[in-house]
Amino acid sequence: MEEYIVNILKGSVLTMEVALGSLAVAVVLGLLGATAKLAQSKPLNWLAGIYSTVIRGIPDLVLMLLIFYGGQILLNKGLELVGYEEYIEINPFLAGVLTIGFIYGAYMTETFRGAIMAIPKGQMEAGYAFGMSKSRVFFHITVPQMIRLALPSFTNNWLVLIKATALVSILGLPDMTMLAKQAASAARDVTPLAPMLFFLFTGAIYLAITTVSLIVLKQLDKRYSMGVRRGEF
Amino acid sequence: MKKTALFGAIALALSVAASAKEWKEVRVAIDATYKPFTYKTPDGKPTGFDVDIANALCAEMKAKCVFVEQAWDGMIPGLNAKKYDAIISSMSITEDRKKAVDFTGKYYNTPSRIVVKLGTIKNVPAELKGKKIGVLKGSTQEKYAKGELEASGAVIVPYEAQDQVYLDIKSGRLDGTVADSVEVYEGFLKTADGKGWGFVGPILNDKKYFGEGAGIAIRKSDTDLRDALNKGIKNIRANGTWKKINDKYFNFEVWGG
Amino acid sequence: MQFEVIFEPATLKLFGQGILVSLKLLFISVTIGAVLSIPMAIMRVSRNKWLSTPVWLYTYVMRGTPMLIQVYLIYYGVAQLEFVQSNWDTVPLLIPFKDALFCCVLAFTLNTCAYTTEMLAGAIRDTNHGEIEAARAMGMSRRQLMWRIVLPSALRRTLPAYSNEVIMMLHGTSLASTVPALMDITGAARSVYSDFYLPFEAFITAGAIYLVLTFTLVWCFKLAERRWLAYLQPRKA
Repeated sequence: MEEYIVNILKGSVLTMEVALGSLAVAVVLGLLGATAKLAQSKPLNWLAGIYSTVIRGIPDLVLMLLIFYGGQILLNKGLELVGYEEYIEINPFLAGVLTIGFIYGAYMTETFRGAIMAIPKGQMEAGYAFGMSKSRVFFHITVPQMIRLALPSFTNNWLVLIKATALVSILGLPDMTMLAKQAASAARDVTPLAPMLFFLFTGAIYLAITTVSLIVLKQLDKRYSMGVRRGEF
Repeated sequence: MKKTALFGAIALALSVAASAKEWKEVRVAIDATYKPFTYKTPDGKPTGFDVDIANALCAEMKAKCVFVEQAWDGMIPGLNAKKYDAIISSMSITEDRKKAVDFTGKYYNTPSRIVVKLGTIKNVPAELKGKKIGVLKGSTQEKYAKGELEASGAVIVPYEAQDQVYLDIKSGRLDGTVADSVEVYEGFLKTADGKGWGFVGPILNDKKYFGEGAGIAIRKSDTDLRDALNKGIKNIRANGTWKKINDKYFNFEVWGG
Repeated sequence: MQFEVIFEPATLKLFGQGILVSLKLLFISVTIGAVLSIPMAIMRVSRNKWLSTPVWLYTYVMRGTPMLIQVYLIYYGVAQLEFVQSNWDTVPLLIPFKDALFCCVLAFTLNTCAYTTEMLAGAIRDTNHGEIEAARAMGMSRRQLMWRIVLPSALRRTLPAYSNEVIMMLHGTSLASTVPALMDITGAARSVYSDFYLPFEAFITAGAIYLVLTFTLVWCFKLAERRWLAYLQPRKA
């Protein structure tokens, strides 16, 4: 029994890696998406709009199955079309990260868009008036404030994302949910409690990850909100 | 993977592999829920008859086997999507599957059987009316059950993994299963849970459903890999390696007729 | 692309039945979850620690773990307990656990109820203090205050967040496909995919169905908001 437990604990490392990897992808896509949505170009607005609406309208599981299997076929076909004889291998880990990252990029797009819109426009205009370049304004004025404004929604997205990583087990990635499921069946002759035990244990690890995340993000929120006066009663 | 390897892994994962290549590494798909053919040790290492055969074949080819886990219902799409190069996971060679992928010759062949609680049902399929029969999703047994048993009123319930069928037989949700006779014997009937359960009806080996034994599935384009694997199967049969692996798991020959 | 497979009568029937199963799962769990969330939310905001702490713990655990684990726990975990196995043919309370649909509905209901409780509790806490003072000045008891003033307004103000929750639950019902014997929309797609080895066609069809359902729900909630939240809309010139 201990071996199964140790193995599930090892699986939690993969879960964290998938979660952090997808978060990185999602943040990049979210920033791109938010910029595109707020850009003064109709095609860009449309593209980002379709991305965030369609992705958020379809269950994660369906998207994962589609991107995980379909994505690789599409990539191979695309490479064949341009006459590239060799094929690029996407390993299951990377496929999972890209898939979840792509999905949560859509949610992050909305998070960042809302946050950017909440920054008073005058501040950016003041930046331009000082002769700052576009990227300078973005990184020195927009981003620092955006982080504070986006944090609550970002926290929420992150919590949903961690839980969504459990779905990679359905694609066959040996994350802790899949290991728990295999252990539940394999150890059934050791104790009938096996499924109960392993799923409860896995649930407890997710809860621990969630709790730690909440504490850390609360500290971050405090840090970024320094000097901000909230409505005090 | 170490925690520092996260970004390294992303970079390394995009490794480029030549299509017309020497097979130095063969990525082998397994569904590790099929004891004793494919399963995992408690600490998570793939093992079983299929895995040993795969390793022996890779040794013959002077290549390395890398095992990739895959849920059963996505096996063939995953192969065609190039997520791995071969399926060595007790996959039966059937006409339907041959439309999508290529197969080597068989590396074992055991018949399937219907398993029910002993004494409850004697005539199949007539007495299966209203009974719940669990099968593996996307398996030959599922095709058979839907093709032959459903008509007489059996309720066919597809599962994602064969060992989940046993969980639900134990819990009382199912009245029986159709499964590979060896797998169900080793994985269920022999265990404490399987007490009082047994085979009913004839041996099932109708080619229409069950094909001609378990083979290795490869992409249609990889004829060189197919030939190498076929040669490997012939060699391990000849040099006694196959027999040694057989004897490690079974006290009879699973090569079949 | 071979979309003709999708439009074969057998496949269409599979998807049709899938839509019914998904909607049934959604409707039952969301309805029960919403009804239960009202007393739970009132307990959650209670000053009595013995009432509020258990509810807090329940919502914290349900919201902190994946729904997939919750489904597995109820479907596989409970069913393997010897106590349950030896009694579920006789004890009426345990009989439903044999049924896949019930297990899913139970997991989904517990899950959505936790999220809805927190939303509603938030809305109750955010009730305008003036409204409460006014009600007290009218001499309303705590009970009257809750039923006549706080809840009607809190339920309305929860509506926009709640519409998100219902859509999340629609997407959540796709997890029913991980439980044997249930063929929801995703289950239908997975079966088409493993029978014909056509990932694109199968999952694009499922995705399109979910999109239509999502937009329909969004539209329904817009109408509901216009009806019940009219007093909070920005004044039109």
